[in-house]
Amino acid sequence: MADRWTPGDDVIAVQRAPSPSAAGGAYRAFGATLKGLKTTFARYVEGPQTIQYPEEKTPVFPRFRGRHKLHRFEDTGLEKCVGCSLCAAACPADCIRVVAAENTPENRVSAGERYAAVYEINLSRCIFCGYCEIACPFDAITMGHDYEMSDYNRSDLIFTKEMLLAEPLDRTPLRNADE
Amino acid sequence: MSPLAVVGYYEPWWIQLLKGVVIFAVVFQLVPVALLAERKLLGRFQHRYGPNRVGPFGALQPMADIGKLLFKQQFRPRTSIGWLFALAPAISMLTAVATIAIIPFSNTVDIFGTQVGLYGVDPSIGILFAFAFGAIAFYGLMLGGWASGSKYSFLGAMRSAAQLISYEVAQGLSLVGVVMMAESLSLTRIVEAQEDLAFIVPQFVGFVIFLVAGFAETNRPPFDLPEADAELVGGYNTEYGGGRFAAYFAAEYLNIVVVSLLAVTLFLGGWNLPFVDPPTWVDPFVVLAKMLFFVFLFIWVRATLPRLRYDQLMSLGWKIFLPLATLNALVTAILVVSF
Repeated sequence: MADRWTPGDDVIAVQRAPSPSAAGGAYRAFGATLKGLKTTFARYVEGPQTIQYPEEKTPVFPRFRGRHKLHRFEDTGLEKCVGCSLCAAACPADCIRVVAAENTPENRVSAGERYAAVYEINLSRCIFCGYCEIACPFDAITMGHDYEMSDYNRSDLIFTKEMLLAEPLDRTPLRNADE
Repeated sequence: MSPLAVVGYYEPWWIQLLKGVVIFAVVFQLVPVALLAERKLLGRFQHRYGPNRVGPFGALQPMADIGKLLFKQQFRPRTSIGWLFALAPAISMLTAVATIAIIPFSNTVDIFGTQVGLYGVDPSIGILFAFAFGAIAFYGLMLGGWASGSKYSFLGAMRSAAQLISYEVAQGLSLVGVVMMAESLSLTRIVEAQEDLAFIVPQFVGFVIFLVAGFAETNRPPFDLPEADAELVGGYNTEYGGGRFAAYFAAEYLNIVVVSLLAVTLFLGGWNLPFVDPPTWVDPFVVLAKMLFFVFLFIWVRATLPRLRYDQLMSLGWKIFLPLATLNALVTAILVVSF
Protein backbone atom coordinates (compact mmCIF):
# COMPACT_ATOMS: atom_id res chain seq x y z
CA MET A 1 0.00 0.00 0.00
CA ALA A 2 2.70 2.39 -0.93
CA ASP A 3 0.50 4.65 -2.99
CA ARG A 4 -2.02 5.17 -0.24
CA TRP A 5 -3.12 8.74 0.20
CA THR A 6 -1.74 10.36 3.30
CA PRO A 7 -3.50 13.42 4.58
CA GLY A 8 -0.27 15.20 5.45
CA ASP A 9 -0.70 18.87 6.21
CA ASP A 10 -4.38 18.90 5.25
CA VAL A 11 -5.34 17.39 8.57
CA ILE A 12 -7.35 19.68 10.78
CA ALA A 13 -7.60 18.52 14.36
CA VAL A 14 -11.03 19.37 15.70
CA GLN A 15 -11.06 20.45 19.31
CA ARG A 16 -14.13 19.17 21.04
CA ALA A 17 -15.28 20.04 24.51
CA PRO A 18 -15.24 17.13 26.95
CA SER A 19 -18.56 15.29 26.94
CA PRO A 20 -20.58 16.41 29.93
CA SER A 21 -21.06 14.27 32.97
CA ALA A 22 -24.48 12.86 33.83
CA ALA A 23 -25.36 15.84 35.99
CA GLY A 24 -23.78 18.26 33.56
CA GLY A 25 -25.65 16.70 30.67
CA ALA A 26 -28.97 16.88 32.48
CA TYR A 27 -28.31 20.49 33.42
CA ARG A 28 -27.39 21.29 29.84
CA ALA A 29 -30.46 19.57 28.42
CA PHE A 30 -32.71 21.34 30.91
CA GLY A 31 -31.07 24.69 30.25
CA ALA A 32 -31.23 24.23 26.49
CA THR A 33 -34.92 23.37 26.72
CA LEU A 34 -35.64 26.49 28.73
CA LYS A 35 -33.66 28.55 26.25
CA GLY A 36 -35.70 27.09 23.42
CA LEU A 37 -38.94 27.87 25.22
CA LYS A 38 -37.76 31.43 25.75
CA THR A 39 -36.96 31.78 22.06
CA THR A 40 -40.38 30.63 20.90
CA PHE A 41 -42.13 32.76 23.50
CA ALA A 42 -40.27 35.81 22.26
CA ARG A 43 -41.73 35.05 18.79
CA TYR A 44 -45.17 34.90 20.40
CA VAL A 45 -44.68 38.31 22.00
CA GLU A 46 -43.58 39.85 18.72
CA GLY A 47 -46.98 39.11 17.27
CA PRO A 48 -48.05 37.94 13.82
CA GLN A 49 -46.33 39.32 10.76
CA THR A 50 -49.12 38.19 8.46
CA ILE A 51 -50.63 40.63 5.98
CA GLN A 52 -54.26 39.51 5.68
CA TYR A 53 -54.19 39.78 1.93
CA PRO A 54 -57.63 40.40 0.55
CA GLU A 55 -58.34 42.88 3.33
CA GLU A 56 -54.86 44.31 3.76
CA LYS A 57 -52.59 44.86 0.80
CA THR A 58 -48.87 45.23 0.49
CA PRO A 59 -48.14 48.78 -0.63
CA VAL A 60 -46.29 48.94 -3.93
CA PHE A 61 -43.41 51.19 -4.85
CA PRO A 62 -44.12 54.18 -7.14
CA ARG A 63 -42.23 52.54 -9.99
CA PHE A 64 -44.06 49.24 -9.62
CA ARG A 65 -45.16 48.00 -13.04
CA GLY A 66 -48.77 46.92 -12.83
CA ARG A 67 -51.67 47.09 -15.23
CA HIS A 68 -51.35 49.68 -18.03
CA LYS A 69 -53.23 52.94 -18.14
CA LEU A 70 -54.00 55.15 -21.13
CA HIS A 71 -54.13 58.88 -20.50
CA ARG A 72 -56.03 61.93 -21.67
CA PHE A 73 -55.00 65.56 -21.62
CA GLU A 74 -56.46 66.98 -18.46
CA ASP A 75 -57.44 70.36 -19.99
CA THR A 76 -58.97 69.31 -23.33
CA GLY A 77 -59.98 65.76 -22.48
CA LEU A 78 -58.41 64.53 -25.72
CA GLU A 79 -56.57 61.20 -25.75
CA LYS A 80 -52.81 61.40 -25.69
CA CYS A 81 -52.45 58.32 -27.87
CA VAL A 82 -51.98 59.16 -31.55
CA GLY A 83 -52.08 55.57 -32.78
CA CYS A 84 -48.42 55.40 -33.85
CA SER A 85 -48.08 51.71 -32.82
CA LEU A 86 -44.58 52.22 -31.41
CA CYS A 87 -45.69 50.45 -28.23
CA ALA A 88 -46.84 47.48 -30.27
CA ALA A 89 -43.51 47.46 -32.06
CA ALA A 90 -41.58 47.60 -28.79
CA CYS A 91 -43.63 44.91 -27.10
CA PRO A 92 -41.52 41.72 -26.79
CA ALA A 93 -44.58 39.64 -25.96
CA ASP A 94 -46.50 41.02 -28.91
CA CYS A 95 -49.60 41.64 -26.83
CA ILE A 96 -50.59 45.15 -28.00
CA ARG A 97 -52.84 45.68 -31.01
CA VAL A 98 -53.33 49.19 -32.35
CA VAL A 99 -55.52 50.15 -35.31
CA ALA A 100 -55.21 53.83 -36.13
CA ALA A 101 -57.79 56.11 -37.74
CA GLU A 102 -57.72 59.72 -38.97
CA ASN A 103 -59.05 62.49 -36.79
CA THR A 104 -61.67 64.61 -38.53
CA PRO A 105 -62.95 68.04 -37.42
CA GLU A 106 -66.30 66.42 -36.58
CA ASN A 107 -64.76 63.55 -34.70
CA ARG A 108 -61.67 64.70 -32.87
CA VAL A 109 -60.41 62.06 -30.47
CA SER A 110 -56.72 62.74 -29.99
CA ALA A 111 -54.46 65.77 -30.11
CA GLY A 112 -52.49 64.50 -33.12
CA GLU A 113 -53.31 63.76 -36.75
CA ARG A 114 -54.50 60.24 -36.05
CA TYR A 115 -55.92 58.38 -33.11
CA ALA A 116 -56.17 54.76 -31.96
CA ALA A 117 -59.51 53.41 -33.12
CA VAL A 118 -58.66 50.07 -31.55
CA TYR A 119 -56.24 49.74 -28.68
CA GLU A 120 -56.09 46.34 -27.05
CA ILE A 121 -53.64 44.82 -24.60
CA ASN A 122 -53.79 41.08 -24.05
CA LEU A 123 -52.87 40.93 -20.37
CA SER A 124 -52.61 37.16 -20.41
CA ARG A 125 -49.55 37.59 -22.63
CA CYS A 126 -48.14 40.80 -21.18
CA ILE A 127 -44.89 40.33 -19.24
CA PHE A 128 -45.05 43.78 -17.58
CA CYS A 129 -41.64 44.82 -18.90
CA GLY A 130 -42.67 48.44 -19.36
CA TYR A 131 -41.14 48.79 -22.85
CA CYS A 132 -44.42 50.20 -24.17
CA GLU A 133 -44.18 53.00 -21.63
CA ILE A 134 -40.63 53.80 -22.74
CA ALA A 135 -41.46 53.58 -26.43
CA CYS A 136 -44.42 55.96 -26.25
CA PRO A 137 -43.43 59.45 -27.49
CA PHE A 138 -46.44 61.14 -25.86
CA ASP A 139 -46.57 59.41 -22.47
CA ALA A 140 -49.96 58.13 -23.50
CA ILE A 141 -49.47 54.70 -21.95
CA THR A 142 -47.97 54.16 -18.53
CA MET A 143 -47.75 51.23 -16.17
CA GLY A 144 -50.20 51.54 -13.30
CA HIS A 145 -50.06 49.99 -9.83
CA ASP A 146 -52.88 47.50 -10.12
CA TYR A 147 -51.83 43.87 -9.76
CA GLU A 148 -55.14 42.10 -9.17
CA MET A 149 -56.03 40.90 -12.64
CA SER A 150 -57.24 37.34 -12.19
CA ASP A 151 -60.24 36.40 -14.24
CA TYR A 152 -62.22 33.37 -15.26
CA ASN A 153 -61.82 33.76 -19.02
CA ARG A 154 -58.84 34.47 -21.20
CA SER A 155 -60.99 36.73 -23.34
CA ASP A 156 -61.77 38.85 -20.28
CA LEU A 157 -58.06 39.60 -19.98
CA ILE A 158 -57.96 41.42 -23.31
CA PHE A 159 -58.30 45.01 -22.15
CA THR A 160 -59.84 47.40 -24.62
CA LYS A 161 -59.17 51.11 -24.98
CA GLU A 162 -62.19 52.03 -22.88
CA MET A 163 -61.04 49.83 -20.03
CA LEU A 164 -57.51 51.18 -20.15
CA LEU A 165 -58.71 54.78 -20.32
CA ALA A 166 -61.18 54.40 -17.47
CA GLU A 167 -60.04 55.73 -14.13
CA PRO A 168 -58.91 52.54 -12.40
CA LEU A 169 -60.39 51.61 -9.05
CA ASP A 170 -58.02 52.76 -6.36
CA ARG A 171 -57.31 49.29 -5.10
CA THR A 172 -53.59 49.28 -4.59
CA PRO A 173 -51.96 51.20 -1.75
CA LEU A 174 -48.84 53.13 -2.63
CA ARG A 175 -45.74 52.97 -0.51
CA ASN A 176 -44.48 56.20 1.02
CA ALA A 177 -41.06 57.51 0.09
CA ASP A 178 -39.43 56.39 3.32
CA GLU A 179 -41.01 52.96 3.48
CA MET B 1 -65.52 -9.71 49.93
CA SER B 2 -64.14 -6.35 50.81
CA PRO B 3 -64.18 -3.71 48.06
CA LEU B 4 -60.93 -2.91 46.34
CA ALA B 5 -61.47 0.80 46.61
CA VAL B 6 -63.30 2.46 49.45
CA VAL B 7 -65.15 5.58 48.40
CA GLY B 8 -64.57 8.30 50.93
CA TYR B 9 -67.90 10.06 50.77
CA TYR B 10 -71.35 8.92 49.68
CA GLU B 11 -74.04 11.01 48.07
CA PRO B 12 -77.57 10.32 46.84
CA TRP B 13 -77.60 8.70 43.40
CA TRP B 14 -79.18 11.69 41.68
CA ILE B 15 -76.44 14.00 42.87
CA GLN B 16 -73.85 11.60 41.53
CA LEU B 17 -75.65 11.46 38.20
CA LEU B 18 -75.89 15.25 38.01
CA LYS B 19 -72.24 15.63 38.94
CA GLY B 20 -71.23 13.14 36.29
CA VAL B 21 -73.12 15.00 33.58
CA VAL B 22 -71.84 18.42 34.63
CA ILE B 23 -68.20 17.39 34.96
CA PHE B 24 -68.28 15.51 31.66
CA ALA B 25 -69.98 18.41 29.89
CA VAL B 26 -67.52 20.98 31.23
CA VAL B 27 -64.37 18.96 30.60
CA PHE B 28 -65.54 17.77 27.19
CA GLN B 29 -66.06 21.39 26.17
CA LEU B 30 -62.36 21.85 26.75
CA VAL B 31 -61.51 19.55 23.84
CA PRO B 32 -62.53 21.99 21.08
CA VAL B 33 -61.01 24.78 23.17
CA ALA B 34 -57.70 22.91 23.31
CA LEU B 35 -57.96 22.14 19.61
CA LEU B 36 -58.49 25.76 18.66
CA ALA B 37 -55.95 27.00 21.19
CA GLU B 38 -53.37 24.66 19.73
CA ARG B 39 -53.83 25.90 16.19
CA LYS B 40 -54.05 29.55 17.14
CA LEU B 41 -51.10 29.48 19.54
CA LEU B 42 -48.94 27.47 17.14
CA GLY B 43 -49.66 30.21 14.64
CA ARG B 44 -48.66 32.93 17.08
CA PHE B 45 -45.46 31.09 17.92
CA GLN B 46 -44.66 31.13 14.21
CA HIS B 47 -45.58 34.78 13.57
CA ARG B 48 -48.92 33.78 12.06
CA TYR B 49 -52.55 34.29 13.09
CA GLY B 50 -53.71 30.70 12.87
CA PRO B 51 -57.27 29.95 11.76
CA ASN B 52 -59.37 33.13 11.81
CA ARG B 53 -61.84 32.71 8.96
CA VAL B 54 -64.52 30.40 10.34
CA GLY B 55 -66.75 32.33 12.69
CA PRO B 56 -65.59 35.21 14.88
CA PHE B 57 -61.80 34.93 15.42
CA GLY B 58 -61.93 31.43 13.93
CA ALA B 59 -63.89 30.19 16.93
CA LEU B 60 -65.91 27.75 14.84
CA GLN B 61 -62.84 26.10 13.34
CA PRO B 62 -62.99 23.02 15.64
CA MET B 63 -66.67 22.59 14.72
CA ALA B 64 -65.72 22.71 11.06
CA ASP B 65 -62.88 20.23 11.58
CA ILE B 66 -65.00 17.74 13.50
CA GLY B 67 -67.98 18.20 11.18
CA LYS B 68 -65.82 17.46 8.19
CA LEU B 69 -64.43 14.31 9.81
CA LEU B 70 -67.86 13.04 10.87
CA PHE B 71 -69.35 13.37 7.39
CA LYS B 72 -66.62 11.37 5.75
CA GLN B 73 -67.19 7.85 4.52
CA GLN B 74 -66.34 5.11 7.00
CA PHE B 75 -64.04 2.68 5.26
CA ARG B 76 -61.70 0.02 6.48
CA PRO B 77 -59.18 -2.35 4.91
CA ARG B 78 -60.47 -5.74 3.77
CA THR B 79 -58.00 -7.49 6.10
CA SER B 80 -59.17 -5.62 9.20
CA ILE B 81 -61.18 -7.11 12.02
CA GLY B 82 -64.39 -5.11 11.89
CA TRP B 83 -65.70 -4.98 15.45
CA LEU B 84 -62.26 -4.55 16.99
CA PHE B 85 -61.47 -1.86 14.45
CA ALA B 86 -64.57 0.01 15.57
CA LEU B 87 -64.04 -0.69 19.27
CA ALA B 88 -60.43 0.53 19.58
CA PRO B 89 -61.10 4.28 19.23
CA ALA B 90 -63.94 3.91 21.70
CA ILE B 91 -61.51 2.40 24.22
CA SER B 92 -59.16 5.34 23.74
CA MET B 93 -62.02 7.75 24.26
CA LEU B 94 -63.38 5.91 27.30
CA THR B 95 -60.08 5.73 29.15
CA ALA B 96 -59.45 9.40 28.53
CA VAL B 97 -62.86 10.32 29.93
CA ALA B 98 -62.71 7.93 32.88
CA THR B 99 -59.79 9.63 34.60
CA ILE B 100 -61.74 12.89 34.78
CA ALA B 101 -64.01 11.23 37.34
CA ILE B 102 -61.40 11.39 40.10
CA ILE B 103 -60.14 14.93 39.51
CA PRO B 104 -61.24 17.06 42.48
CA PHE B 105 -62.41 20.57 41.56
CA SER B 106 -63.06 21.45 45.18
CA ASN B 107 -63.65 19.81 48.53
CA THR B 108 -67.12 18.84 49.75
CA VAL B 109 -69.23 21.96 49.65
CA ASP B 110 -72.62 22.88 51.04
CA ILE B 111 -75.09 23.41 48.18
CA PHE B 112 -78.62 24.29 49.45
CA GLY B 113 -78.07 22.28 52.60
CA THR B 114 -76.72 19.20 50.81
CA GLN B 115 -73.12 18.16 51.16
CA VAL B 116 -71.70 17.69 47.65
CA GLY B 117 -68.13 16.79 46.77
CA LEU B 118 -67.06 18.66 43.66
CA TYR B 119 -65.50 15.62 42.05
CA GLY B 120 -66.85 12.55 40.31
CA VAL B 121 -65.72 10.00 42.85
CA ASP B 122 -63.04 10.05 45.49
CA PRO B 123 -61.82 6.47 45.67
CA SER B 124 -59.21 5.59 48.26
CA ILE B 125 -56.95 4.24 45.52
CA GLY B 126 -56.90 7.70 43.89
CA ILE B 127 -53.92 7.89 41.58
CA LEU B 128 -53.95 4.15 40.93
CA PHE B 129 -57.34 4.64 39.27
CA ALA B 130 -55.73 7.08 36.84
CA PHE B 131 -52.89 4.71 36.14
CA ALA B 132 -55.22 1.76 35.68
CA PHE B 133 -57.06 3.63 32.95
CA GLY B 134 -53.78 4.89 31.56
CA ALA B 135 -52.75 1.28 31.16
CA ILE B 136 -56.02 0.42 29.41
CA ALA B 137 -55.53 3.40 27.07
CA PHE B 138 -52.64 1.46 25.64
CA TYR B 139 -55.13 -1.16 24.40
CA GLY B 140 -56.94 1.52 22.45
CA LEU B 141 -53.80 2.20 20.47
CA MET B 142 -52.58 -1.37 20.29
CA LEU B 143 -55.88 -2.91 19.21
CA GLY B 144 -56.43 -0.10 16.73
CA GLY B 145 -53.13 -0.84 15.03
CA TRP B 146 -53.55 -4.57 15.19
CA ALA B 147 -57.18 -4.74 14.04
CA SER B 148 -56.38 -2.55 11.03
CA GLY B 149 -54.88 -5.58 9.35
CA SER B 150 -52.05 -3.51 7.92
CA LYS B 151 -48.40 -4.11 8.72
CA TYR B 152 -47.65 -0.40 8.91
CA SER B 153 -50.43 0.17 11.41
CA PHE B 154 -49.17 -2.81 13.37
CA LEU B 155 -45.60 -1.53 13.44
CA GLY B 156 -46.90 1.86 14.50
CA ALA B 157 -48.91 0.25 17.27
CA MET B 158 -45.84 -1.62 18.50
CA ARG B 159 -43.91 1.62 18.53
CA SER B 160 -46.63 3.36 20.54
CA ALA B 161 -46.96 0.44 22.93
CA ALA B 162 -43.24 0.42 23.71
CA GLN B 163 -43.32 4.16 24.33
CA LEU B 164 -46.39 4.08 26.54
CA ILE B 165 -45.09 1.23 28.67
CA SER B 166 -41.65 2.82 29.09
CA TYR B 167 -42.98 6.13 30.28
CA GLU B 168 -45.77 4.74 32.41
CA VAL B 169 -43.12 3.25 34.71
CA ALA B 170 -41.31 6.54 35.17
CA GLN B 171 -44.56 8.43 35.53
CA GLY B 172 -45.79 6.08 38.24
CA LEU B 173 -42.53 6.25 40.17
CA SER B 174 -42.43 10.03 39.97
CA LEU B 175 -45.64 10.19 41.98
CA VAL B 176 -44.40 7.98 44.81
CA GLY B 177 -42.80 11.00 46.42
CA VAL B 178 -46.06 12.93 46.30
CA VAL B 179 -47.98 10.03 47.77
CA MET B 180 -45.49 9.65 50.60
CA MET B 181 -45.61 13.32 51.46
CA ALA B 182 -49.41 13.42 51.40
CA GLU B 183 -49.63 10.04 53.15
CA SER B 184 -52.62 9.19 50.99
CA LEU B 185 -53.49 8.05 47.47
CA SER B 186 -56.78 9.93 47.47
CA LEU B 187 -56.58 13.01 45.29
CA THR B 188 -58.61 15.21 47.66
CA ARG B 189 -56.26 14.28 50.53
CA ILE B 190 -53.28 15.09 48.29
CA VAL B 191 -54.71 18.52 47.47
CA GLU B 192 -55.45 19.18 51.14
CA ALA B 193 -51.86 18.28 52.00
CA GLN B 194 -50.76 21.10 49.66
CA GLU B 195 -52.63 23.81 51.50
CA ASP B 196 -49.44 25.44 52.78
CA LEU B 197 -46.99 24.53 50.04
CA ALA B 198 -47.70 23.09 46.60
CA PHE B 199 -45.78 19.89 45.94
CA ILE B 200 -44.05 21.45 42.94
CA VAL B 201 -41.53 22.98 45.37
CA PRO B 202 -40.41 19.95 47.42
CA GLN B 203 -41.10 17.50 44.59
CA PHE B 204 -39.65 19.49 41.69
CA VAL B 205 -37.79 16.52 40.23
CA GLY B 206 -40.93 14.43 40.46
CA PHE B 207 -42.86 17.23 38.76
CA VAL B 208 -40.45 17.43 35.84
CA ILE B 209 -40.47 13.66 35.40
CA PHE B 210 -44.26 13.53 35.61
CA LEU B 211 -44.62 16.31 33.07
CA VAL B 212 -42.16 14.87 30.55
CA ALA B 213 -43.64 11.40 30.97
CA GLY B 214 -47.05 13.03 30.54
CA PHE B 215 -45.94 14.43 27.20
CA ALA B 216 -44.86 10.94 26.21
CA GLU B 217 -48.07 9.33 27.47
CA THR B 218 -50.26 11.69 25.49
CA ASN B 219 -48.13 11.24 22.34
CA ARG B 220 -47.45 14.93 22.20
CA PRO B 221 -44.41 16.50 20.57
CA PRO B 222 -41.50 16.06 21.20
CA PHE B 223 -42.63 12.49 21.87
CA ASP B 224 -45.15 12.15 19.06
CA LEU B 225 -43.41 9.16 17.52
CA PRO B 226 -46.65 7.15 17.29
CA GLU B 227 -47.78 9.65 14.67
CA ALA B 228 -44.59 11.43 13.58
CA ASP B 229 -46.55 13.19 10.86
CA ALA B 230 -43.49 14.75 9.27
CA GLU B 231 -41.57 11.51 8.87
CA LEU B 232 -44.02 8.62 8.64
CA VAL B 233 -47.42 8.06 7.10
CA GLY B 234 -48.80 7.65 10.56
CA GLY B 235 -48.80 5.04 13.26
CA TYR B 236 -51.54 2.92 14.73
CA ASN B 237 -54.12 5.25 13.16
CA THR B 238 -52.91 4.98 9.55
CA GLU B 239 -56.01 3.11 8.37
CA TYR B 240 -58.45 5.26 10.30
CA GLY B 241 -60.53 8.02 8.79
CA GLY B 242 -63.72 9.92 9.43
CA GLY B 243 -65.50 9.59 12.74
CA ARG B 244 -63.21 6.93 14.16
CA PHE B 245 -60.19 9.05 13.48
CA ALA B 246 -62.06 11.94 15.10
CA ALA B 247 -62.45 9.76 18.20
CA TYR B 248 -58.70 9.14 18.37
CA PHE B 249 -58.13 12.81 17.75
CA ALA B 250 -60.52 13.89 20.48
CA ALA B 251 -59.01 11.30 22.85
CA GLU B 252 -55.58 12.83 22.30
CA TYR B 253 -56.78 16.29 23.26
CA LEU B 254 -58.82 14.90 26.13
CA ASN B 255 -55.64 13.20 27.35
CA ILE B 256 -53.86 16.55 27.31
CA VAL B 257 -56.64 18.00 29.45
CA VAL B 258 -56.53 15.01 31.80
CA VAL B 259 -52.76 15.07 32.26
CA SER B 260 -52.95 18.82 32.84
CA LEU B 261 -55.65 18.30 35.46
CA LEU B 262 -53.59 15.57 37.13
CA ALA B 263 -50.51 17.78 37.20
CA VAL B 264 -52.56 20.60 38.72
CA THR B 265 -54.00 18.28 41.35
CA LEU B 266 -50.78 16.53 42.24
CA PHE B 267 -48.22 19.31 42.02
CA LEU B 268 -49.85 22.73 41.80
CA GLY B 269 -52.12 22.35 44.81
CA GLY B 270 -55.42 21.86 43.00
CA TRP B 271 -57.88 24.50 44.13
CA ASN B 272 -55.46 26.07 46.64
CA LEU B 273 -53.97 29.43 45.86
CA PRO B 274 -50.88 30.80 47.59
CA PHE B 275 -51.34 33.88 49.87
CA VAL B 276 -55.07 34.30 49.13
CA ASP B 277 -58.05 32.35 50.35
CA PRO B 278 -60.94 32.89 47.91
CA PRO B 279 -64.50 31.71 48.59
CA THR B 280 -65.33 28.12 47.77
CA TRP B 281 -67.22 28.82 44.55
CA VAL B 282 -63.98 30.08 42.98
CA ASP B 283 -62.23 26.71 43.47
CA PRO B 284 -63.29 24.97 40.23
CA PHE B 285 -62.25 28.03 38.24
CA VAL B 286 -58.86 28.03 39.96
CA VAL B 287 -58.40 24.41 38.90
CA LEU B 288 -59.47 25.16 35.34
CA ALA B 289 -57.23 28.23 35.11
CA LYS B 290 -54.22 26.26 36.30
CA MET B 291 -55.14 23.55 33.82
CA LEU B 292 -55.24 26.03 30.94
CA PHE B 293 -51.70 27.04 31.85
CA PHE B 294 -50.61 23.45 31.35
CA VAL B 295 -52.49 23.21 28.06
CA PHE B 296 -50.59 26.31 27.00
CA LEU B 297 -47.36 24.65 28.08
CA PHE B 298 -48.17 21.58 25.98
CA ILE B 299 -48.61 23.76 22.91
CA TRP B 300 -45.62 25.91 23.75
CA VAL B 301 -43.38 22.85 23.97
CA ARG B 302 -44.80 21.55 20.70
CA ALA B 303 -43.82 24.81 19.03
CA THR B 304 -40.32 24.59 20.48
CA LEU B 305 -38.79 21.14 20.63
CA PRO B 306 -37.98 18.87 17.69
CA ARG B 307 -39.03 15.23 17.75
CA LEU B 308 -36.72 12.75 19.46
CA ARG B 309 -35.13 9.85 17.64
CA TYR B 310 -36.59 6.52 18.71
CA ASP B 311 -33.48 5.26 20.52
CA GLN B 312 -33.18 8.62 22.27
CA LEU B 313 -36.78 8.25 23.40
CA MET B 314 -36.11 4.83 24.86
CA SER B 315 -32.84 5.72 26.56
CA LEU B 316 -34.38 8.88 28.00
CA GLY B 317 -37.21 6.86 29.51
CA TRP B 318 -35.26 3.92 30.83
CA LYS B 319 -31.78 5.29 31.50
CA ILE B 320 -32.55 8.76 32.82
CA PHE B 321 -36.11 9.11 34.03
CA LEU B 322 -36.52 5.72 35.63
CA PRO B 323 -33.35 5.96 37.80
CA LEU B 324 -34.10 9.60 38.52
CA ALA B 325 -37.64 8.82 39.63
CA THR B 326 -36.38 5.95 41.78
CA LEU B 327 -33.77 8.19 43.37
CA ASN B 328 -36.40 10.85 43.94
CA ALA B 329 -38.66 8.35 45.67
CA LEU B 330 -35.74 7.08 47.76
CA VAL B 331 -34.61 10.52 48.90
CA THR B 332 -38.19 11.55 49.67
CA ALA B 333 -38.70 8.38 51.69
CA ILE B 334 -35.59 9.04 53.75
CA LEU B 335 -36.57 12.66 54.36
CA VAL B 336 -40.19 11.82 55.21
CA VAL B 337 -39.15 9.16 57.67
CA SER B 338 -36.41 11.19 59.34
CA PHE B 339 -38.43 14.40 59.81
